Order: sequence, then structure tokens, then C-alpha cells
Amino acid sequence: MSGAESLPWWAAIPVALLLVLGGIVTLVGTLGLARLQSFYQRIHGPAISIALGAGCILLASMLYFTVMQSRLVIHELLISVFVLMTAPVVSMLIMRAAVYRDLRAAREMDPGNDAGNS
Amino acid sequence: MRRWLPSPLLSASLLLMWLMLNQSLEPAHWLLGGALGVLAPLLSQPLQPHGHARIRRPLALFRLLWMAAIEIVRSCFNVTQIILLRRSADVNSQFIRVPLDLKSPHGLALLSCLINSTPGTVWVEILPDGHELLLHVFDLHDEAWWVHTIKTRYEQPIIEVFETPEPGGGRT
Repeated sequence: MSGAESLPWWAAIPVALLLVLGGIVTLVGTLGLARLQSFYQRIHGPAISIALGAGCILLASMLYFTVMQSRLVIHELLISVFVLMTAPVVSMLIMRAAVYRDLRAAREMDPGNDAGNS
Repeated sequence: MRRWLPSPLLSASLLLMWLMLNQSLEPAHWLLGGALGVLAPLLSQPLQPHGHARIRRPLALFRLLWMAAIEIVRSCFNVTQIILLRRSADVNSQFIRVPLDLKSPHGLALLSCLINSTPGTVWVEILPDGHELLLHVFDLHDEAWWVHTIKTRYEQPIIEVFETPEPGGGRT
């Protein structure tokens, strides 16, 4: 396999576009992590990197290797399936940890207040 | 049949996963993948307190996943816009409660995966009193709209896919 220069133009253009789009989306996701103020807002930033950023880059990879090796290369689908199965669990766990931390902090600040309203 | 292949669908997807991982269709890989597909569900059965999921209507499942994919891409662009253009203090992030009718554990797992994969919404927990879902929304504009969307677009199809309709309509 020689390299990217032997890729025909009709495949190079979508691959490049997808890679750039995926890169931009991932960058915006991390930007959200830096810019947003509260924890509950920041958790939404990386979600777009996971969904659209990774999706675009994996699509580009599928297209590139399918054309370069002249056969169907779709095992990247497995990566997206695994990402879509595991990332939600992680974000849910982080979210619940934050909620319980805040509830406990609220209870310590004001012992009379009953927890449960968040 | 039931005893050795408790969930044919799970076995088939394990076989498919094996073939895709190895990127070949040689008989040896079919054999190994087949062994994996038979053994893994049998060995993991004690870990599944609710049993294997039964998909009643595969077509409805595909339609649901397709719609969810479109929704994910759409809300990706919304969240991107908000991150780039709005000040953090202006974003109306709220917790909302959605009353759920869905009871099947597999259905709830699928619902949580779809909701968490969609940027802008994160599932927090199911409140034990009254079976309500606590959800965090990145930029809330209309709570009733969210409740309606989740109930009609996600919950209804998932109920169709996973739950058997009870004869007396006894769902509470």
C-alpha cells in the first residue's frame, strides 16, 4: 500500500471532507468542555465528539480503506457499535455521581432540607 | 434448541462480530465464531437476571434506530451551535422529569443508550416513586415538548419492540 496520493479524486474528496468535519466537531466538543461553566453543562460537550466526530472519522476510514484495498472494509462499524454501547453508560455514571455529590453537599449545608429534589 | 441456543439473535451477532473482527470468511473463522456464538451466551446466562431480550418487531426496531440516528446528527449541530455562539450563562440547562410507561429492562437499557447518545440530553436516573425518568437537558426551551417527544418518538416504539401487549391492557 503506497499511500494517500494513489487515491482517486472521487474518493479523496469525501474522505478529506469527512476527516475535516470530524476534526472540527471533535474540536468543538472539547471547546465546550473548556468554555461551559457548570459541570452539568460540560457533560454535554464531549457527547458531540463521541457521536458525530467519531462517526465522521470512522466513515472516512471505511471509505479510504475500501477504495485503497479494493474490497469492502467495514469492521469500523464494530468500533462505532462499541462506542455507542459504552459511552452512554459512562456519561450516566458520571452524571449520577455528580448528582449524588451535589445532593450530599446540599444536605451537609442545610441538614433540615430533605434530599430528593434536585 | 432453546437449551443450547437460548438466544439465536445474540449468537448470530457474535458470529458476525467475529467475522468482521478477523475480516475473513474462511471456514476456520466460521467455526471459531460459531463456537463463540454458542458458548458465550451459555456461559453468560447466569449473569443475566432478566433473561435474553426478545425482539418482537425487528422492523420497528430498525425504524427507531434510523430515526434516532437522524436525531443524533441534528442535535449534534444544535449543540455545536450553542457551544460556539452562546455564552455559557445564557444556556438554559435544566433537569426535567418524564413519566415512563416502559417497564422492560432491555427496553429501558436501549432507551438510556439512545438518550445518552443524543447530544444535549443525559439520563440521570429513574426516580423510584412513580417510575419517572430524571433527565438533564442542555438547552431547555419547552419542557412539555421534550416529554412529548421522548414519549412518542422513543418510548412508544420501544414498547412495541420489547413488550408483549397484555391481554387485559393491564399496563399501569
